[in-house]
Amino acid sequence: MSDATVTQTSFTAKARKPRMRVNGSAVVMGCYLLFLLLPIYWLLMMSLKTNTEILNTFTLWPDNLTFNNYLTILTDASWYMGYVNSLIYVVMNTVISVVVALPAAYAFSRYHFLGDKHLFFWLLTNRMAPPAVFALPFFQLYSSVGLFDTHIAVALAHCLFNVPLAVWILEGFMRGVPKEIDETAYIDGYSFGRFFIKIFMPLIASGVGVAAFFCFMFSWVELLLSRTLTSVDAKPIAATMTRTVGASGIDWGVLAAAGVLTIVPGALVIYFVRNYIAKGFALGRV
Amino acid sequence: MTLILDGVSKQAGAETHIHPTTLTLEKGTMNVLLGPTSAGKTSLMRLMAGLDVPTTGRVIWEGADVTGMRVQDRRVAMVYQQFINYPSMTVYDNIASPLRLMGRSKAEIDHAVKSTAEMMQLSPMLDRKPLELSGGQQQRCALARALVKGAGLVLLDEPLANLDYKLREELRVEIPKIFEESGAIFVYATTEPEEALLLGGNTATLWEGRVTQFGPTPSVYRQPVDSTTARVFSDPPMNFLKVTKSGSVLHFGEGQQAPATDQLSALPDGRYIAGFRPNHLEIGRHTGQAVAFRTTLVVTELTGSETFVHLDHAGERWVGLVQGVHDLSLGAELEVFLDPAHVYVFAEDGALVAPAAYALAA
Repeated sequence: MSDATVTQTSFTAKARKPRMRVNGSAVVMGCYLLFLLLPIYWLLMMSLKTNTEILNTFTLWPDNLTFNNYLTILTDASWYMGYVNSLIYVVMNTVISVVVALPAAYAFSRYHFLGDKHLFFWLLTNRMAPPAVFALPFFQLYSSVGLFDTHIAVALAHCLFNVPLAVWILEGFMRGVPKEIDETAYIDGYSFGRFFIKIFMPLIASGVGVAAFFCFMFSWVELLLSRTLTSVDAKPIAATMTRTVGASGIDWGVLAAAGVLTIVPGALVIYFVRNYIAKGFALGRV
Repeated sequence: MTLILDGVSKQAGAETHIHPTTLTLEKGTMNVLLGPTSAGKTSLMRLMAGLDVPTTGRVIWEGADVTGMRVQDRRVAMVYQQFINYPSMTVYDNIASPLRLMGRSKAEIDHAVKSTAEMMQLSPMLDRKPLELSGGQQQRCALARALVKGAGLVLLDEPLANLDYKLREELRVEIPKIFEESGAIFVYATTEPEEALLLGGNTATLWEGRVTQFGPTPSVYRQPVDSTTARVFSDPPMNFLKVTKSGSVLHFGEGQQAPATDQLSALPDGRYIAGFRPNHLEIGRHTGQAVAFRTTLVVTELTGSETFVHLDHAGERWVGLVQGVHDLSLGAELEVFLDPAHVYVFAEDGALVAPAAYALAA
């Protein structure tokens, strides 16, 4: 009995010891997170303050909490239409990119044809040029065919970058599906269309998700082309934000609220595909 | 229901995968394609299935030319070496999918799936996904899907190669039973001579894209038409040595000789190649006529009840399979014996001129 007590006390003493020591990795991790989250925290706090407070005092959190900034954005059409426009062309672009990339990626993963390897590499060369290079030709082209300031114009322009990326990602995922599954399905009597939708798509569903995510992200954050190709009707939120310098100066609070709302869609999408993202960054070749 | 390959060949670029081949597979037969890796077993099978279109020749099924017909319309079934199922469907849906595509009624499908699953011992797993099953069960699921539609031609491409030893033994026994119940033409590709002998039926031996011999399995085994077939249909491969026949005596090179009796007596004098299977090599003298050879022991492999001995005989590598476990030291000289009744005699170009006496007697 006494033995047991002794061991118990020595055990608790032992257990207490490490708690006194500084956990090095936790400190590093804490600093890192602080470093990452500080700008976002600051943005969030700014969006909840009044302009006077932002400009005149230094506070870590709002003294008088206000949601007026958000209210402005959600009630003023010139603000919230920016989000609507952005979402319209981003979704259009994502759908077009994935739909176009699926058959292309299937062909690259399953067939050999003349110059297939060169063509496959060539796809990526489009991503080597900065979007600015294409701003001028797109602007002139779309103006002359009457596509200027439409959602589809921006969506198509972004396809130039997103289709190759989607093809690369999807090809990697499709390569992981053995060709024998295709053949077995044909032997079983599946037509190509039915096989593709009923058997093949479920197998590469995560790849489609990852490809869609990358298309969404590129299109959502791309500013230069979307701003060049639009003026009023299809003006994206990022462009709206850069044009808020009014006669009364900059409306800091509203701008910060717009920034917070711009982060939300990306964060949501990331949350849903977080488990596949590593494979996506390796273009499906893990 | 017969499948006729009429002068079928397959070329991919400059490479020839299958040399022109003519084969007739009769209704309700088990046909084994036996050959080492990349001998053309899978290529030939893909031509039979219609997955590949032959470069030359025709494929005739039930009297109709089906060369170039879509796979979907061919009504064949195939099982791969890899366990190929539809991972997103349950086992039940996997087995049911070919029937659904044929437009069968729900009750009919249910009955067929349940009875096939019963036969393949899959009944308790019908609601699970294929990837949740063990390897053997996955392959049984693939087999069930191939069998359920009652195809006239069932192609099995090394279906047991990726399974572990025990499961392979189990399924190997089941396959002939399944075959008998189905009444279809079965084509079974394998690299193992032992498997061909177990399955019986007919065997086609393949070597570098050519069918070297096609006939009933036992007769292909006992009377191979040439040294290539004999090499393929023997595991480990057949051993060869040069011999000379003069008069009524067969000389084995180092003074050993045996009387050239029966068929051998009719042969003209000259050089020949003698072949014998590893299991006919003996360490002790068991018959008076046995010929002795001096060899050097290079490697021994124990299998438990038998020993493989790798021997060096005047620069040639021989493999012997002897009963029991022997305590032999590597590098030592070993005298081995061979009964002339077990010797096949081939011409120098490889064609069989006289089968071994034991093979004729059997």
